Amino acid sequence: MSTETIRPPRAARGRVTQARVLHSEWIKIHTLRSTFFTLAFAVGAVLAFGPLVSFFTDGKGHGFQPAEWSLGGYIFAQLAVGVLGVLVVTGEYATGMIRPTLTAVPSRLPVLWAKAAVYAAVIWVLMTAASLTAFLLSQAILSSRGVPSTSLSAPGVTRVVFGTALYLTVLAVLSVGIGALLRNTAAGISTVLGLVLVLPILTQTLPTAVADNVFPYLPSSAGRTLAILHQESTMLAPGTGLTVFCLYAAVVLAAAAVALKRRDA
Amino acid sequence: MIKARALTKRYGKKTAVADLSFTVRPGLVTGFLGPNGAGKSTTMRMILGLDVPTSGQVTVNGKPYAAHRAPLREVGAMLEARSTHTGRSAVNHLRALAVTAGIARSRVEEVIGIVGLRQVARKRAGGFSLGMGQRLGIAGALLGDPATIILDEPVNGLDPEGILWIRNLLKALAAEGRTVLVSSHLMSEMALTAEHLIVIGRGRLIADTSVEEFTRSASRNSVSVRTDEPWRLRPLLAGRGVNVASDEHGTLQVAGLSSERIGRIAADNRIALSELTPHQASLEEAFMELTREAVEYPTPHPPQANAEGCVA
Repeated sequence: MSTETIRPPRAARGRVTQARVLHSEWIKIHTLRSTFFTLAFAVGAVLAFGPLVSFFTDGKGHGFQPAEWSLGGYIFAQLAVGVLGVLVVTGEYATGMIRPTLTAVPSRLPVLWAKAAVYAAVIWVLMTAASLTAFLLSQAILSSRGVPSTSLSAPGVTRVVFGTALYLTVLAVLSVGIGALLRNTAAGISTVLGLVLVLPILTQTLPTAVADNVFPYLPSSAGRTLAILHQESTMLAPGTGLTVFCLYAAVVLAAAAVALKRRDA
Repeated sequence: MIKARALTKRYGKKTAVADLSFTVRPGLVTGFLGPNGAGKSTTMRMILGLDVPTSGQVTVNGKPYAAHRAPLREVGAMLEARSTHTGRSAVNHLRALAVTAGIARSRVEEVIGIVGLRQVARKRAGGFSLGMGQRLGIAGALLGDPATIILDEPVNGLDPEGILWIRNLLKALAAEGRTVLVSSHLMSEMALTAEHLIVIGRGRLIADTSVEEFTRSASRNSVSVRTDEPWRLRPLLAGRGVNVASDEHGTLQVAGLSSERIGRIAADNRIALSELTPHQASLEEAFMELTREAVEYPTPHPPQANAEGCVA
């Protein structure tokens, strides 16, 4: 039969590769309106917050710090980044899309790597651009109003600007991992928000001696060290903090990989 | 070619599929038939490596599905119609699947044309009717021009025109030498589409046979005979393998003899007949008879065996 003779070379052409799965996940992420809206919120929050604060502050508020304050929008952006990271995976389970996805890529793991990589890349690009813009705009506004400002050449400031984007990027990977581990949108979003928002507050209720030893190692506080200009002595050094945060993301992603490989889809 | 050997799947204490062995051959449409909850979908999920069998194994074209390097070129599958992200358009859904196997954009447009979704290809799949969802699922199954095609309940939600379309599509795919496995809980639909049947109930194999053979063995044909002298005719018909019953009006229901044979016996004995009507049990009745013991969720009063009524 003629179809039999054509088939072998065709099959060779149809191989699943990591690059092809990356392409597939890229198509998936930019063809959903929810992606657009959520990321528009994250970018908008970062872009609006710093300049707005700079416009109204007299620079004499408690703990005023021109670099960090100009990037305060990250507080809202991290919510959007966490929620969308979970949805990138759980959206497929909720709609049943996961079946065609895993039928197309039966080895499964390339899908998880691709989702994490594509989403992290998108967040990194957008948040770096947004942070940099927010910082520059804010400093321009501050100096025009005669309020103390800073610049990228000041010691540690580039670290703070790019560190804010890096924190959100690693958070993106962590969220994808949590989504893949839990496979449920509500559970995933609750977990990410709990980790980022609730856990630091809960830790503060512990006796000071305990809290001082626990707080620095929380994912959010370890990850944020890079984005803070002058650390308190109890906190981790920026490099160490980033490493600890990356370890959290790596452990969760590895657990998600094991689960994805072993569980029925 | 799909080969299942002693395939078994347990979820906790519940056994969904038990010791199932069968072969699906290329070149013909194989109907995979069973009442709801019989284990059809679980079996198909195991074929595609979505579920791991508790024991036993299943291969597609000689290898476990997940061992294929170019899976979309080997097997095209649609498990449930609603397996599309609701926020994505049909064309983007198919593109995302196609690129994993390096399938060209032109093929995406081609399969959209084949399933007749060109007009709505750029609309979000969340707004699709069940029938349109089925067509999109089938488009996904055809993307890689695969040698094996697996469809779970593809006629669900299709209008009569759609049902006819899928029937012809499946036959055409099989005629090209492909292996086609189609599940259904509708015997009447399978009788028109499939040439071979694998019937399961409660996860166990009930029949693995040609449609023709199944019809012949499972149908209980009978003949209604009306005469003024049933007391004379009745002993003449009695014999091995013949069952004669009569109702209150004296009409005889004869199983095991053809109407020609009954007419001949009556004529030879000069018994006048006022009615001689052969009845053929429908395939649906035969199927229900065969799977009665194996129905997972029996209703207290079995509904009429009626194809349209079963599309739920």
